[in-house]
Amino acid sequence: MKIDCKHVWDHISSYIDGEIDQELRQEIDRHLQHCSICSATIDSTRNIVVLMADERVYEIPAGFSKRLHTRLDEVIRSESLDRT
Amino acid sequence: MTQEETIRKAQKKTDEEAMIARILGGERDLFHELIRPYERIVYSMVFSMLGNEADAEDAAQTAVIQAYLNLDKYRGESRFSTWLVTIALNEGRNRLRKTKSLREDSIDALSEEAEGDYTPALLTDWREIPSETLERNEVREHLQKAIERLPLLYRTVLVMRDMEGLDMEETARSLCVTTTVVKVRLHRARRMMQRDLAPLLKRYAPKGKGWLGGWS
Repeated sequence: MKIDCKHVWDHISSYIDGEIDQELRQEIDRHLQHCSICSATIDSTRNIVVLMADERVYEIPAGFSKRLHTRLDEVIRSESLDRT
Repeated sequence: MTQEETIRKAQKKTDEEAMIARILGGERDLFHELIRPYERIVYSMVFSMLGNEADAEDAAQTAVIQAYLNLDKYRGESRFSTWLVTIALNEGRNRLRKTKSLREDSIDALSEEAEGDYTPALLTDWREIPSETLERNEVREHLQKAIERLPLLYRTVLVMRDMEGLDMEETARSLCVTTTVVKVRLHRARRMMQRDLAPLLKRYAPKGKGWLGGWS
């Protein structure tokens, strides 16, 4: 089986996650050895996936946790009062 | 998932179910501890849907309170986190329906069917951009805006999987879809992110060979 660029692009995500069968992975690896565009596509996609996992991408507002637990506490207290 | 992870998750589920039984038995304040590990994911999910901090914070609080008030309805068929994320997603959707009607959902449904031919951002070289680059506001903004530009269906899956690290099955359960659907959406979301972001982020990498350009 000889694969082209489009074939590689169809499997970027599963390739990065290591979820493709060995034969296809070997074919893609062979393709990557001589295709700089596909290599850069996979490397940049993988890099973006790594950046996405960083907590700095979505920063939680300062004081979020405190305000959440305060509001929750009010609900818990009012519910307890209802029960008495 | 490795065997170790499976065991760890099963243990966590057992511990949480014991905690839930105690909360329902009257130790109400324990709920604070139960949700503490999930504050971030609840916020991230609704922020990714609503796009602004104030609405996201209010929606996250509402989702957590809904979870508390409905805790007796949690059946333990899925992990507590899956159940909580489902509540957060519903809260996000309800707010979107109120503000943007149902248009976004229907547009997204169409975009899932008709993605058309895909071409990535055509680069000939990629130099690793280290995570430290995220200290720069503009880099974080590039990422946030690229996420925001994704259709909602893909955005949700990307945030669950790549940002919050939920596994395939938990993501599928929270969204009431199959793992195959999750894989397809994640694949498309990552490709769109690459197409959108790679040309923008490239300038933050160490100096190297140029980009072929051409994608607009």
